[in-house]
Amino acid sequence: MIFQPPILALLMVAALAALVALWSGAFAIRVLARWDMANMSRAQLRMERMAELVSTLFGAVMLAELAALLLFVFNSDRMASLFVGAMCAVGTLNVNAYGFPALYLKIGVFFAATLWLILDHADRLGRDFPLTKVKYAALLAIAPLILADGATELAYFLNLHTDVITSCCTKLFTPNNPGLANHMASIGEGTALVWLSVIALAVAGSGAYVMLRKRGYWIYALASGALFVAGLTAIVATISLYIYEDPNHHCPFCILKPEYGYFGYVLYVPLFFATAMGLGAGLLQPFANIPSLKGKLPGLIARQVVWSMIGFALFGLAVIWAIARSHLILFG
Amino acid sequence: MMTWARRQRALADYTLAALSRRKGKNIALVAIFSLVVFALSSAMFFAAALRHETTVVLRDAPEIVVQKLIMGRQDLIPGDVVETIAGFRGVTSAKGRLWGYYYDRINGANYTVMVPDDPALIPPVGYVAVGEGVPRARGLAWEGAPLFLSRYEGDLKRFDVDRTFSRDSALMTADLVLMNPQDFRAFFDIPEGLYTDVVATVRNQNEVATIVTKASNASPQMRFVTRADIERTYQKLFDWREGLLVVLAGAGLLAFAIFAAEKASGLSAEEAREIGILKAVGWDTRDVIAMKMWEGGLVSLGAFLIGTVAGFAHVFLFDGVLFAPVLRGWAVIYPDFALAPHIDGVQLMTLALLTVVPYMAATVVPVWRTASGDPDAVMR
Repeated sequence: MIFQPPILALLMVAALAALVALWSGAFAIRVLARWDMANMSRAQLRMERMAELVSTLFGAVMLAELAALLLFVFNSDRMASLFVGAMCAVGTLNVNAYGFPALYLKIGVFFAATLWLILDHADRLGRDFPLTKVKYAALLAIAPLILADGATELAYFLNLHTDVITSCCTKLFTPNNPGLANHMASIGEGTALVWLSVIALAVAGSGAYVMLRKRGYWIYALASGALFVAGLTAIVATISLYIYEDPNHHCPFCILKPEYGYFGYVLYVPLFFATAMGLGAGLLQPFANIPSLKGKLPGLIARQVVWSMIGFALFGLAVIWAIARSHLILFG
Repeated sequence: MMTWARRQRALADYTLAALSRRKGKNIALVAIFSLVVFALSSAMFFAAALRHETTVVLRDAPEIVVQKLIMGRQDLIPGDVVETIAGFRGVTSAKGRLWGYYYDRINGANYTVMVPDDPALIPPVGYVAVGEGVPRARGLAWEGAPLFLSRYEGDLKRFDVDRTFSRDSALMTADLVLMNPQDFRAFFDIPEGLYTDVVATVRNQNEVATIVTKASNASPQMRFVTRADIERTYQKLFDWREGLLVVLAGAGLLAFAIFAAEKASGLSAEEAREIGILKAVGWDTRDVIAMKMWEGGLVSLGAFLIGTVAGFAHVFLFDGVLFAPVLRGWAVIYPDFALAPHIDGVQLMTLALLTVVPYMAATVVPVWRTASGDPDAVMR
């Protein structure tokens, strides 16, 4: 199975990302041990230049990983015709035990890398690079995640056997099947929507609060994280039903298919973007009082909150649009 | 946000001007890169078009084919199986089929000899209907020339050609010889009541698996092949061939990556001077890296577009002359068919990842090395 061009492309990206993670991890250890801006030695200068390379490499890896995340889901969907019982990405990911972990790790890498790039951006705003040690400590935490992602992906693709009978999304996302998916599906259409609206209001409220008071960004970050979970749950429990116009089809992957006008991307892209921005704002807040960042960082954080709120608003509009144009009547 | 956009626009502006100052070198780079993209995109488009074609062809195929196995080999199937299969609930129709292969010793070609399902297509006794490849392989120059088939030394059987299928259906009919059932049984010496295999159509796709389970319990000595099985096998076959070509093209890609890395690290005196001046007038390392990234991005984009369009033209306008033998297989009578253009997002994304990522990976370290040098050291 490994001889498929999309799989080869994904493995190539994973291998390059792993190389970058290993190399920059080793560099991070050196930075943590010896970084000292006051030192004028040759070694420190070299390290400062290397830091530039690490930032560039990480930015490139992040872009490639983002494309790989999309391709991974896209390709799982396409490969469904190769497996007995599979009808969309869920079936393909279920062929062996590594499929879903690989997807979750990919999403994890996406968020971790985005947050790291936000941290990197903030670090460069200060003349003395005040966040360098924090940044490289974080990199040491992200590197194993990238390696685990690559390894899981490799294991997944190596163990794709087409004689396995897998189960389709209608089996996985039903209330009478044990697991996380069933909890998401069985929460109840109304309850999921109510939770989504309540948390969306909390996000809007905390957003307005932090914009006015210029503090408490961690509340906003927390609310964005909660809205991410509530958004995904609502997609599985309610919104997908409206898109399929079928009260029993809960799959969060079929909405990515051309049959449904790729509507899933309209939901997921703003949701992921807004969450990453919201978390980033919370992440940067503790550093807002560092002298060299005092002038610029609060502005950056505020802009992130604005972008995050725009993203969530787009997600909300997409949800309303999905419900409004559907012919399915779930309530009343 | 606006400052960011303005900065990027200025960088892009500068980069384009810088690229056009070194026209010869950059055109060579884009040309070689395009060639690599062209090789990959041709292989991928061709395979995707073939996959698409099989899906279209198999759409009208019967859902289930029943074969009798004896000692692991396929054998003629008795006619009473037809009734057994037709008896299962959900089966709309079941029919015995008569078909086989005939090896033509005159030209070394294999014909597919069949009795058609559709009564309107069955030729009269003594007549055959043939695909366009048969007269071509036999050199039957004039309309109405009879077809002589010889089963063994000294044997000759004459058939008159009732009709010849047009080229439009070549993929399905090129090597086809349609016969009357009576002629077929006489020609191949097959007793009445025996068939090559049995086909069944099922109204509801979701019931196929259940029907196959029931039927194989009722007749365990039979083999049941579903349409989905056939489709999967073809998909895998084409995927595998495509992957093989991509891996081969990977060697070219690697060579190109080394070439690009070499090119990016060996700065010309003029380029070094340029970077030195930029740093002297106040650009910092990040600006130079961003400029170089723009350069790489523009080169990749150009090469990707040129290579993809050329690959598309190669496959769909020129029938993929370069890769066709590997991807579609070969035969004495090869159908003459045009592929329907078919591209999807997965393909384009895969192609972009497979070509642009290695290029970027190969150039990023040399770019950084150039950008982080001291201005006076670079200029000296």
